Amino acid sequence: MKTEGATSDFTQPYPVFTREMKKDYLILAPGMLPWHFELIAEIFRAEGYRVEILNNEGRQVIDEGLKHVHNDTCFPALCVIGQFLDALKSGKYDVDKTALLITQTGGGCRASNYLPLIRKALRAEFPQVPVISLNFSGLEKDSGLSLGLGVIRKLGYAVFYGDLIMSCYNQTKPYEAVSGSADEVRDRCISAARLLFRAGGFGRLKENTYRILDAFSAVERREEERLRVGVVGEIYVKYSPLGNSHLEEFLLSEGCEPVVPALMEFVLYCIVNNLNDAKFYGKRSLATPVFRFAYRWLLKKQRRINRWTKKHGVFRPQHDFERLRQHADEVIHQGVKMGEGWLIPAEMAALAETGTENIVCTQPFGCLPNHIAGKGAVRVVKTLYPKANIVPVDYDPSATRVNQENRIKLMLATARENQKTAN
Amino acid sequence: MAKLLGIDVGSTTVKVCLLDEDGTTLYSSYERHFSRVKACVLQELEKVRSFARSAKVCVTGSAGLGLAERGKLQFVQEVQAAFCAIRKFYPDADAAVELGGEDAKIIFVTGGTEQRMNGSCAGGTGAFIDQMATLLDLSVDEMDRLSLEAERIYPIASRCGVFAKSDIQPLLNQGAKKSDIAASIFRAVVDQTVAGLAQGRRIRGKVLFLGGPLYFLKGLRKAFKETLSLDEEHAIFPETAPRFMAIGAAMSAVGAQEEEIDAVAKRLREVRGDDALVSGKPLFSSREEYHAFVERHQRSDLAFENILTYEGDAYLGIDAGSTTTKLILITPQCKILYSHYQTNNGAPLEIVTSRLKELYALAGKRIAIRGAAVTGYGEDMMKAALKLDLGIVETMAHFKAALYFNPEVDFIIDIGGQDIKCFKVKNRAVDSIMLNEACSSGCGSFIQTFARAMGMEIEEFSRLGLFAAHPVELGSRCTVFMNSSVKQAQKEGATVEDISAGLSASIVKNAIYKVIRARTSEELGDHIVVQGGTFLNDAVLRSFELETGKEVVRPAIAGLMGAFGAALYARENAKETLSSIVTEAELERFAYTSRAVTCNGCTSHCSVNILTFADGRRYISGNKCERGAGLKPAEHPLDLYAFKYEKLLSLPSKKGKRGRVGLPFQLLMYEQLPLWTGFFEACGFEVVLSERSSRELYFRGQHTVASDTACYPAKLIHGHIESLLDMGVDFIFYPCESYNLDERDSVNHYNCPVVAYYPELLKANNERLGGGNLIMPYIDPNSERTTVKALTRALSRYHLSSALVRKAFREGMERMRAYHAQVVAEGKRVMEQAERENKQIVVLAGRPYHVDPEINHGINKLLCSLGFAVLSEDAVFEEGDLVKVNVLNQWTYHARLYRAAEFCTRRENVNLVQLVSFGCGIDAITTDEVRAILESRGKLYTQIKIDEINNLGVVKIRLRSMLAAIEEAQKTKISEGGSL
Repeated sequence: MKTEGATSDFTQPYPVFTREMKKDYLILAPGMLPWHFELIAEIFRAEGYRVEILNNEGRQVIDEGLKHVHNDTCFPALCVIGQFLDALKSGKYDVDKTALLITQTGGGCRASNYLPLIRKALRAEFPQVPVISLNFSGLEKDSGLSLGLGVIRKLGYAVFYGDLIMSCYNQTKPYEAVSGSADEVRDRCISAARLLFRAGGFGRLKENTYRILDAFSAVERREEERLRVGVVGEIYVKYSPLGNSHLEEFLLSEGCEPVVPALMEFVLYCIVNNLNDAKFYGKRSLATPVFRFAYRWLLKKQRRINRWTKKHGVFRPQHDFERLRQHADEVIHQGVKMGEGWLIPAEMAALAETGTENIVCTQPFGCLPNHIAGKGAVRVVKTLYPKANIVPVDYDPSATRVNQENRIKLMLATARENQKTAN
Repeated sequence: MAKLLGIDVGSTTVKVCLLDEDGTTLYSSYERHFSRVKACVLQELEKVRSFARSAKVCVTGSAGLGLAERGKLQFVQEVQAAFCAIRKFYPDADAAVELGGEDAKIIFVTGGTEQRMNGSCAGGTGAFIDQMATLLDLSVDEMDRLSLEAERIYPIASRCGVFAKSDIQPLLNQGAKKSDIAASIFRAVVDQTVAGLAQGRRIRGKVLFLGGPLYFLKGLRKAFKETLSLDEEHAIFPETAPRFMAIGAAMSAVGAQEEEIDAVAKRLREVRGDDALVSGKPLFSSREEYHAFVERHQRSDLAFENILTYEGDAYLGIDAGSTTTKLILITPQCKILYSHYQTNNGAPLEIVTSRLKELYALAGKRIAIRGAAVTGYGEDMMKAALKLDLGIVETMAHFKAALYFNPEVDFIIDIGGQDIKCFKVKNRAVDSIMLNEACSSGCGSFIQTFARAMGMEIEEFSRLGLFAAHPVELGSRCTVFMNSSVKQAQKEGATVEDISAGLSASIVKNAIYKVIRARTSEELGDHIVVQGGTFLNDAVLRSFELETGKEVVRPAIAGLMGAFGAALYARENAKETLSSIVTEAELERFAYTSRAVTCNGCTSHCSVNILTFADGRRYISGNKCERGAGLKPAEHPLDLYAFKYEKLLSLPSKKGKRGRVGLPFQLLMYEQLPLWTGFFEACGFEVVLSERSSRELYFRGQHTVASDTACYPAKLIHGHIESLLDMGVDFIFYPCESYNLDERDSVNHYNCPVVAYYPELLKANNERLGGGNLIMPYIDPNSERTTVKALTRALSRYHLSSALVRKAFREGMERMRAYHAQVVAEGKRVMEQAERENKQIVVLAGRPYHVDPEINHGINKLLCSLGFAVLSEDAVFEEGDLVKVNVLNQWTYHARLYRAAEFCTRRENVNLVQLVSFGCGIDAITTDEVRAILESRGKLYTQIKIDEINNLGVVKIRLRSMLAAIEEAQKTKISEGGSL
């Protein structure tokens, strides 16, 4: 019979990433936002880690994912695990000296379970490979990366620069007079930013912001009006070309300007959720003032960048995060905090308000939070912004590109129609 | 002005329309393309040429995109094309519904223009109708004609073709009328369109119906008109419906360059598929390799004995499968006297009786049938109709057969028409059973349906695959998704051969990686026996061997293994007497009538089918409990699900002076109903519960469902909201709770996102909600202080003091504790009584809302009728240890599952069956973990997926297999001298 408080342990042993491994292990991280992640990798390299961001793609990646992940698990898990397994099998890495890195938010959707799923997938063929967690919620204490304040600060800057470069690039690429010139500037900016993290100088926010703005504004442009198309949704398929079948490239090829909201918005969203838990439910802890400080610090920086961008006059700035929160309250409650939660309708509303009325809402097939905050909220956004033209697109290992593109084309056809009527 | 040519290339048809300068139609057509898209378009262009030498050309349609791109033709999205034509020809239309081959679309014209397409599923489309017609063995036209004679409608799941099949097949096997099924299928298509596409917007006003199926099928039209309550004036079925998009495309061609038709044809002819197509290795590199392969498999044949000369005993086995019927007659030495394999065409009983007649004629007086056993879907019906001696659950039948061919067998995989069954074998006993889930079933009938869609018989189609040079990679998920992969492959120019081989590989991959969930082929064991009709297809067999890297045994009677197993079972259990099977003389007089009625024994209102035989015997099927069969139910059922359900229903009682609050009896309320009735009654409100869940209630709220891939419980709550609104309550209450109760046994205690935030979706998508008639405060029930504050604010218009709210909240929490204590106590009683009566116990572990009979479809009753006592997870989890699991344990309900599983592992007579709602993303994580907990301590794991499908056929097989395995395990233990 049961003994009071007894515990049965069903866990299977897994290798732990120890301090000693830091030196000679190569850490592989999944690709999502190629340029942001390149900067982030640079920070860890400066800390003495060896890091590589994966960008392998193709059918074999999806097949590995299908083989190792439960059918009903969401598509991003499948992509990430497929990418890892495909990489480990590629022969490019010494699998006895390789570790994998994955983020965990500790939120109420499945995403924080990717890490155990990866361990499960590794068990048969690569039992020796440790999985490291990157999180700020105190999960996986034995296999987490211990991040000092200095590193966390650097990460903030990396996200800011990554966002700015992405935004300027998206606002330049469709209009470049010489094909490839925007890409060339982007590569130059990324290299420069990497150097900042290696050699120092990343903290000179104003100088660096203007350097990026100037670099992109120097690209020769064709005068031409393009349809602006916003991309919102579940974080992985929103950003990752592997996840969303190269959505940005598709939009460019259709003659549109993709408008992709900043990664910093997701970071701030996660922080605000902690503050909201304290506010709504009295869930205060020692971390609460830290989150509050972080929020204020990041918000201040974001507002500065936006101010400079506006003053510079060439590019549209990012959404102000406090304004985004107001938008969230118009559509849904800020208590909807699982997955990308209230951030999705907030971004849809913010895009519609700033003239990007055509929006693709991306989600993995059967994504639980998106039933509510994505597809479920579209109607309200449309009531508030009658011109909003939103298409939810599901991503799935077997959903074909034709299918997805056909739906987006429908949205674009409506958009062009609306444009004609407006003119 | 130039002539305008529109070409609509759909997934199954090509439509062409040539318009004159003034908009009159010069030529139009509607042709099936049988995947030969380019050839079909070229053929049509040839015809167009006699009307116009040149034209402005525009292409539309899902399969037209690639063609237009590579042929450098203008393309218009098909919904846009339709929109164009609607505005010109039907400017007063309010909405249009268009069903195509694999797409469904709705265009809302007035009241905010919106254009919608179905998601990635092909459920409820033309292809779905084709698939269903194939299943009924009717042409689509015949099905349509029959549907008009229907007398009743059965509920059929429409979201997915595979689901619908599992609803329809048992109906057929039970002898339901084809006319009724046909009409039910059309109704299902309508439901799918309303739920999947309208998504919260009502289709009303003047509605245009477009596309081929809606033009050709009167039954479908009728179903749409009835469901949407449209009269003749408001339901418009244009003459041009099938080629409407082509007309729209022609109109969109205005902006294109005028071109010679010949020049267009020439360009299209030169179009090649690009290299994006992924292809696998050929199945055989040479004819020699193929012959060696065939020879190797011929070794696993049974010997034959001539039925015309044989004298002596014989045993009969019948496998009344879902799509096929199999018979085998063997001698005591297991030589085959007679065998038969046939698609049952929806009339299995007719087939068996006619075969029996033939068998009797052949056997003369020389052969004495000593035993006859039946297995498969139609087991009960056959056994009753033909007075057979024994019935055996099909999993056991297959196992017995495999054991005969290879006593060392450690893995059996059977791919039949409708299902995949796999068993792992240890110590000559079934160790674990895996059956395919509804959504991952790439089974045999898929190839069959596909072959027919290509205008071929299955044998020819699969032979083509054997020597395909570049088999296409089609992925390994559900068949409906495979449909679009095939579409893509066709677009890229894959040949029929390549697709055939690709489909075989897909089925195999689906079975290995999705059903068995093997990580490596080593897990399958060394002695594999493959069986089932699908493996008679050499392409599938070869794919299996290539994928696993192992040589397997395929008996020549692969398709008859179920029947053979049944015959072996008859032989094992034969007595000295003759079999009770109907005699030749009785068979001559054999006849039956079938009648469908609704059982009114309880609120489940099962659709029951009554077969009456010529000799006056009756057979009742479709019932979930004894009542349906006219029996009296037990007085104190050992059923905690029924207990909980009735307990909750009886909770609201008092009248209140402040007003009436409506609680939707769904999702969270199945756990927290005591809390909120307690709270509101203490505050002075009258608590009104929504009606009991039912299919009808679901349909009432269906038009507000925003996401059709959400779980059924979530979709049902829309009906509960309508119910409460109709009752005129002052407000509806459903709190948003990110955090569930903290039971201090997991890392965190979340609710799932759907349970936590569903009111947001309700509010956003039901236009009747607003102005404060839905109160949905964000609370954390673990924190009294903030909850009281939030509730006081949410109910501010009633001016309740926070002291009162606090008192009421405490009262509610107290009632919830009391309810939980009652559940635990009743659980103990059930367990003790079951032990006294020496009954096996099943912990039916799911979520609190799985107690709803509309959600669990009466599985608890089925278990009781099989002789189990039924417990729920919340009654036992506290008896289980705290657990450490491999996954992140952060949801309250899921933490209970793990502990309930732990509890089961320590009790000999307690088993766990996990209920999983289709679409539950979180259970994708829990299921593997619960299985691991049970199997680590030698317990069987059984999982049942539930959705809106209201048929327990498959579930019954699963549960009976479980029971058989438990009994087998007990027998082994006894024989080994172990104690029980």
